[in-house]
Amino acid sequence: MNPIHAVDYTSVPAAYYIRILPELVLAAFGIAVMILDPLLPAGKSRKSLGILSLVGTLAAVAAAFYQLNWYGSGWFGMVQVDSFSVFFHILIPAISAVCILASLEYLDRQKINSGEYYGLILFGTVGMVLMSAATELVLIFIALEISSISTYVLAGYRRRTAIGAESSIKYFLLGSFATAFFLYGVALMYGATQSTSIPRIAEVLSTNSGALVFTATALMLIGLGFKVAAAPFHVWTPDVYEGAPAPIVALMSTGPKAAAFAVLLRVLFGTNATGWFWLIWISAALSMTLGNLGALVQNNVKRMLAYSSIAHAGYLLVAFAAGQEIGLTAAIFYTAAYAAMNVGAFAVVSHIGSSGEKYVTIDDYAGLGRRSPLLAFTLAIFMLSLIGIPLTGGFFAKYYVFSAALQTNQDSLVWLTIIGLVNSAIAAYYYLRLIVVMYMREPTVDTAPEPVAPAMSAALVLSAIATLYLGIVPSSVLNYAAKGAQDLTAVPGASSTITSVAPTPK
Amino acid sequence: MNTAILTLVTFIPAVGAIVLMLMPRNDKSIRWTALFISVLAFAFSLYLPFGYHSGQPGFQFEVNVPWIGQAIHYHMGADGISMWLVLLTTFLVPLGVLVSWKSIHDRVKEFFVLFLLLETAMIGVFLALDLFLFYVFWEATLIPMALLIGMYGHERRIYAAIKFFLYTMVASVFMLAAVIWLYTHAGSFDYVEVRNWIAAGHATPEAIKWLFLGFFIAFAVKVPLFPLHTWLPDAHVEAPTAGSLLLASVLLKMGTYGLLRFNVGLFPAEAQRHAPWINTLAIIGIIYGALVALVQPNLKKLIAYSSVSHLGFVVLGIFTFTQAGTDGAVYQMLNHGISTGALFMLAGMLYERKHTYELREYGGLATPMPIYATFFMIAVLSSVGLPLLNGFVGEFLVLSGAFQAKVIYGVLAASGVIWSAAYLLWMYQRVFYGPIHHEENRSVPDIGAREQISLWPLAIMALVMGVASPLFMKSIDASVGEINKKEISSARDRTTVRDTKRASLNFGNSPGSQAGHK
Repeated sequence: MNPIHAVDYTSVPAAYYIRILPELVLAAFGIAVMILDPLLPAGKSRKSLGILSLVGTLAAVAAAFYQLNWYGSGWFGMVQVDSFSVFFHILIPAISAVCILASLEYLDRQKINSGEYYGLILFGTVGMVLMSAATELVLIFIALEISSISTYVLAGYRRRTAIGAESSIKYFLLGSFATAFFLYGVALMYGATQSTSIPRIAEVLSTNSGALVFTATALMLIGLGFKVAAAPFHVWTPDVYEGAPAPIVALMSTGPKAAAFAVLLRVLFGTNATGWFWLIWISAALSMTLGNLGALVQNNVKRMLAYSSIAHAGYLLVAFAAGQEIGLTAAIFYTAAYAAMNVGAFAVVSHIGSSGEKYVTIDDYAGLGRRSPLLAFTLAIFMLSLIGIPLTGGFFAKYYVFSAALQTNQDSLVWLTIIGLVNSAIAAYYYLRLIVVMYMREPTVDTAPEPVAPAMSAALVLSAIATLYLGIVPSSVLNYAAKGAQDLTAVPGASSTITSVAPTPK
Repeated sequence: MNTAILTLVTFIPAVGAIVLMLMPRNDKSIRWTALFISVLAFAFSLYLPFGYHSGQPGFQFEVNVPWIGQAIHYHMGADGISMWLVLLTTFLVPLGVLVSWKSIHDRVKEFFVLFLLLETAMIGVFLALDLFLFYVFWEATLIPMALLIGMYGHERRIYAAIKFFLYTMVASVFMLAAVIWLYTHAGSFDYVEVRNWIAAGHATPEAIKWLFLGFFIAFAVKVPLFPLHTWLPDAHVEAPTAGSLLLASVLLKMGTYGLLRFNVGLFPAEAQRHAPWINTLAIIGIIYGALVALVQPNLKKLIAYSSVSHLGFVVLGIFTFTQAGTDGAVYQMLNHGISTGALFMLAGMLYERKHTYELREYGGLATPMPIYATFFMIAVLSSVGLPLLNGFVGEFLVLSGAFQAKVIYGVLAASGVIWSAAYLLWMYQRVFYGPIHHEENRSVPDIGAREQISLWPLAIMALVMGVASPLFMKSIDASVGEINKKEISSARDRTTVRDTKRASLNFGNSPGSQAGHK
């Protein structure tokens, strides 16, 4: 059954290579960075390597656009290039690009002179991009590990600080534990269906399913739930985010999350697995509530944003629970909107932190509107978007998720929507608090933050534009997300009725 | 021109705000640019009453193009109600710029950027005919206003700004839920389509009830209706003068406009079912607001509570479901914008001189400030409802509608008129007459030319709206008839018409009267 034995690499069609082109490009640049790093004088800034990596991520985005004309399956059914995977192929390297832009100046300021930082970002991105394209559970697992191991190392990059080490070790231990759950789920799924290929599993499950399949799905959910920081697998998030370098948190909280959500979409909707509805429902309700309540009492901005990212994972899972094409579209769109605003918010945090990340409490942001208008203005946009104020991507994404949930006309989802709306109202308070101190309080920190370097302003402006673009003219991205949702469920074998929910009345 | 005018009026201030953002920090030129932009928007909005055809039912100057996907449209349109509210907005914003000329001296650029963005959002609220678009504009008013209060207000500004933001934000979440529900069931965000869908009886009574309440909470907080008014005194007292001006004159009208357009317009039968308790709250608001205003030692707080009382009249007028009552309510929205706007501006001018709002710090000011005292008197009398000034027309119509609906409504509400005379005139006496207790009050400078320029338009409008009400009432009346969609047959109503010199109108032929509501 397993086609991997039959590979004859000499006769592989060229299209197969194009279908993993972004991965190849990223890996090539990553290797180049690692080779060049020892050739540069020790103790000197590695900015040049950062710029090289930036070019690599942009080349990967270009490669993803090139893939638009090369839809199809590659490597004997292991990867699938369709609107769904191309969406993430564009999104994830773009996230990495913004993180690299934010890192250029950050590393100099923290006096971290090592090229493998950029290499690890690139390799991590390879894993994330591959996760969104893979349609074979073992390959998904390998991609997950590639992305995770890079981020484990990156999380501990401030190795002279205690919380840096704590962050890395905590992330590593819990992360390995979670991937083990995922692997166990894969094994059980193989036991139940004699296959690890998602289309094949879908075929088998369209006729029968049982307790074993449910257990397998649940175990995979635990593994992925950890990666997306959904409650009740979220406990690690605040500590890890607090200790990791801020630009890496920008990456960690968006890139691997987007990829893990992509995998979750494939696993839940590509395989015809059933019975997970209440698991997702509970996780969504818990994530929204625990995330927002946790964020309310934080004084450290990084921890606050960590809890906020848990809450946002919850909103996203509402779209999963809603299911159907509109729910999937909402979920895909949400990952993009969430990435834009969160990556931007952490970029601001990384700049304001200054050397040693000493300015991280909310009070350190007092009077920022005067001290640095650009930082304050962009951070205000990101906060408004995280609250869900109209004309920002965050609002439209949230609106779309909740309208998807209401369209199902199911009582359970109406209740989930109500929980979500109540949570949005609670959340307004802590995001607003940051805007309030920035604009309405007088500075408590005497010095203005260091001037914003061009690379950092580019990162901020890009994320701000993306946030507003997704809120004001979201049509094109939304249409593409809808196409992705169709392609996701059109994988051979997947049935057209995605979930058990009732058809939309119109 | 007819399709572009609403877009122009709405977005000229926003474009102006962007221009301001890009300008260097030169306070002088920024003020002049802001003034120019706001006057430009006003000039364009003047096209509306001249281009408006009162006889024509439905919305005019409509523009309707797809915005997001196929469902969400950029659908704008004006009727006799929204048109005048837009004019009120564009009329007041230049005055707001003028009163902020000197009083705002720190972060001037940001102030006017926020002020103009707020104008765009407010105009959009009145013109949007797509529920999604409406919600977008509605929420968009929130941030500039909260920032204006929080950045430029007085001592407790941060508390007031957060309270204002959270109150309105939480309330509008309910409206968002109702809007999404309507879309998922009616399949459209379009106001007219949704209205027809509901009128055709597609929604269950249970659903209608929840939808009504969803919209109602969002609007009731904004109005604010008793007992949801507690954010208002804080926000008003702490806001800078121009902020109080727009807050009282326009933002509160968004609430009453929403009640009329959405709660009554979309769910007429349900609105009638809820009228008794809503009217009770409105009357409590009228009397409670007046009594609290009576004992306020703080001038600005007094005016704020007078708003609670006056807005009670508006809500009562809307929920009497009489032609006269609703006409009066709409007219009263405009009146309140003029008279309370003037009072807040005047209070701000006094604050610039005395740096306090405490009434006991004033007294005998008529001698050093005769011009100021005259303007203040006009504003007070207009607010009290003296015949020949604007307030009288609105209050009279609301009261006559209230008496038609239920005599007890009329009796209780009429007492509010007496109360308002009591607290306003007493306040006037304490500020301007009597012996001067504080020596420095002898030499308070009278208002200058810039301040007079900002007050003259209001004084003139108070008089014009008092004597020439048919100019405004003609278009209001037709649109109100359409919303109320109710056979107005009582002869008493016609008497009302004659009383207010609008005999040419014939309610029996008003466009909405043929609909099948009782």
